[in-house]
Amino acid sequence: MTITERIDIHPTHNYENYKLRRGKPFPFGATLVPGGVNFSIFSSHATSCTLVLFKKHAEQPMVEIPFPEEFRIGNVYCMVVFDLDYENLEYGYRMDGPNDFAAGQWFDKTKILSDPYGKIMGGRDVWGVLPDWNDIYQHRSRIVFDDFDWEDDRPLEIEPEDQIIYEMHVRSFTRDASSGIKEKHQGTFAGIRDKIPYLKELGVNAIELMPIFEFDEFENSRINPETGEMLLNYWGYSTVDFFAPKAGYAATGKLGMQADELKALVKELHKNGIEIILDVVFNHTAEGNEQGPTISFRGIDNKTYYMLTPEGYYFNFSGCGNTLNCNNPIVRNLVLDCLRYWAEEYHIDGFRFDLASILGRDPWGFPLANPPLLESLAFDPILAKCKLIAEAWDAGGLYQVGSFPAYGRWAEWNGKYRDTLRKFIKGDATVGEMAQRLQGSPDLYAWEGRAPATSINFITAHDGFTLMDLVSYNGKHNQANGENNNDGDNSNESWNCGWEGVTDDPAINALRRRQIKNAVAMLMVSQGVPMILMGDELGRTKHGNNNTYCHDNQLNWLDWQLLETNVDLFRFFKHCIAFRKAHPVLRNRQHFQNQDYVGSGYADITWHGTKAWNADWSPDSRSLAFMLCGKHARQGTFTDNYIYVAMNVHWQANWFELPGLPTGMNWHVFANTGVPSPADIWQPGTEPQLENQTGMLLGDRSVAILVGK
Amino acid sequence: MEINLRKLQEIQVVELIGDVDASTAPEVQQEILPLAQPNSKLLLDMSQVPYMSSAGLRVLLSLYRQATAQDGKLVLVGLSEDLQDTMSVTGFLDFFATGDTLEAGLAQLKETVA
Repeated sequence: MTITERIDIHPTHNYENYKLRRGKPFPFGATLVPGGVNFSIFSSHATSCTLVLFKKHAEQPMVEIPFPEEFRIGNVYCMVVFDLDYENLEYGYRMDGPNDFAAGQWFDKTKILSDPYGKIMGGRDVWGVLPDWNDIYQHRSRIVFDDFDWEDDRPLEIEPEDQIIYEMHVRSFTRDASSGIKEKHQGTFAGIRDKIPYLKELGVNAIELMPIFEFDEFENSRINPETGEMLLNYWGYSTVDFFAPKAGYAATGKLGMQADELKALVKELHKNGIEIILDVVFNHTAEGNEQGPTISFRGIDNKTYYMLTPEGYYFNFSGCGNTLNCNNPIVRNLVLDCLRYWAEEYHIDGFRFDLASILGRDPWGFPLANPPLLESLAFDPILAKCKLIAEAWDAGGLYQVGSFPAYGRWAEWNGKYRDTLRKFIKGDATVGEMAQRLQGSPDLYAWEGRAPATSINFITAHDGFTLMDLVSYNGKHNQANGENNNDGDNSNESWNCGWEGVTDDPAINALRRRQIKNAVAMLMVSQGVPMILMGDELGRTKHGNNNTYCHDNQLNWLDWQLLETNVDLFRFFKHCIAFRKAHPVLRNRQHFQNQDYVGSGYADITWHGTKAWNADWSPDSRSLAFMLCGKHARQGTFTDNYIYVAMNVHWQANWFELPGLPTGMNWHVFANTGVPSPADIWQPGTEPQLENQTGMLLGDRSVAILVGK
Repeated sequence: MEINLRKLQEIQVVELIGDVDASTAPEVQQEILPLAQPNSKLLLDMSQVPYMSSAGLRVLLSLYRQATAQDGKLVLVGLSEDLQDTMSVTGFLDFFATGDTLEAGLAQLKETVA
């Protein structure tokens, strides 16, 4: 005989027509329990708290239930409310307490506050629908079903060095009608799912989504005086709710099914061997500076959640008005709870932390030698197999590429890789630094014992030019952002190949295509983890705008017609990715030792120039070549082909003498960007043998990749 | 909410009429879950269901789980285009056999007999 009923399913209190009982403090947020919903929220300084319940979309609350004093445990208010139609419920809180700016206290019980642990959110259910600014509760916490049927799915745990990351924006990827998918899927999670076959064909095995936590696209929305167009917070680097997927990114957001839709996407990606990484923004929130809106944290416990100056103002290490107080123990737990939730509940494979250096600052803004938050994340049992990737700098001047507190776990967006590659590609003489970047930046990481896969290698990302614009513009052209071209980065290290912007000069256009191919060729033969920006494989342009955070239009929307006009670029990318996957010697787990430790007669990596075995390291050198010994692949655990890469960034063609191979092997051409398509690249495995095995002429600004087999 | 049950030979046909949301889902659940018996063949006629909420879709999935756990079969017929799309993007549709019409659904269930 088993006990059939718990004894805590019976109400003990009444308020108006609502039946209540003291709740449990954990977990924070609103949780379905037998017969009702457990509401739990923390505030260390509130003097009282009221639960505010709305029927979905109602203007006024249906009830406001003050937490009886006996329902407070420590600083946590917790209560079970019975018999709620939780599918059609929106809830929030009113908090009373001191309101004293200098003391950092912002309590105001006239405001309804959303739950920091809310699992989905209403109020911006459908993307781009103008909000009713008179609504007394803008961002409405809601309750979600957490019983998605995952079957056998779990995160893929692809080895870090095997990843090939594709950075993308949910809405931009499929919003344009040229995506060819159902109109109601355009710009949504469902749209990404429709395009999985495309991602598979390209060959990437991880997508990294720009922020998908609920944000307000109408935050600071304004009209561009020049064009009359509405400018939005389109990219979403401004979180309203860290636990909620953006409803406006779901085709089913208006039905409140965004969580299921995102989970269905993750499950389908995993079935197709593709991981999903989220770009998470824990450095600040959408509440902005002193003039910003009160949404949640500010009214619940301002002093705990934000870094404040002694006068009570917000520190602004994020460049976005406020700074989340990440090394306060409460906030630390919020971040940890949040990431665990995404890993466990959504099967997310990894996280990229926006302005991650902020997470290593103490509550007064000083960088910590041993930041507890970063350490907790690195050693967390649930996150143990998740990729943790830092954008290792912040807007407060901290730059930690190569020195981010890593605990053997953290990878970094390698900004130095980006800068060096850009300089080298446009013809600056930087061969010495280039050699480091090609090897996985051992100058940054080897001394600390950090693997090559620590380095997330990229040439372009959402911030800055697309790859096509990198070779088409010398300077940024951000007029459309309505800030007189003052926003966006000025150090782009770009070169327009002879004309600023669009041209019909065939020589310039040919050079641009070659430069794009040079870039991806170098990226895909570099040790570390390559990341490409959505659309670069199609020659996507943003017309020289290097900061398109505010545009909900073709500046950001991917034009799928490019797949026809630039099919040569797509093909080149696709084969380069396949080549990387085919050759473990390009994906080493440890740094090169510059010696022969397997007895092959060749060191693991050797450097060459126009003369074999004789790299030109002089300050004005613009040629560099290297050879990887196939017998040293992954410390000799794999036997791979030999690979030789020659890079001529000079404006003149050069003869490259080839290093000799072991007897019986010959050089085959996989890629030569100096040759017009389709002979510029071959499907891996079908590479034709070179006629002359002793040397090759490499055109101006060209890259060749040879396979010795 | 109206639920009509009838048997066509060994096939249990369930006709749902009306929205299945949080307020009607419990009733649907109470009526149809007991139909999942060993080797039962269930056909749900959805052609008169304009809308299903999260809660409604979960009742369907519960029924699927209970039926298949007992080697039963379940087919949905007459899903509106909207409902089919919602079920597709949220992953629910992956679990179900579907048919456009009652006849198509019956044919599917009969095939599984042979």
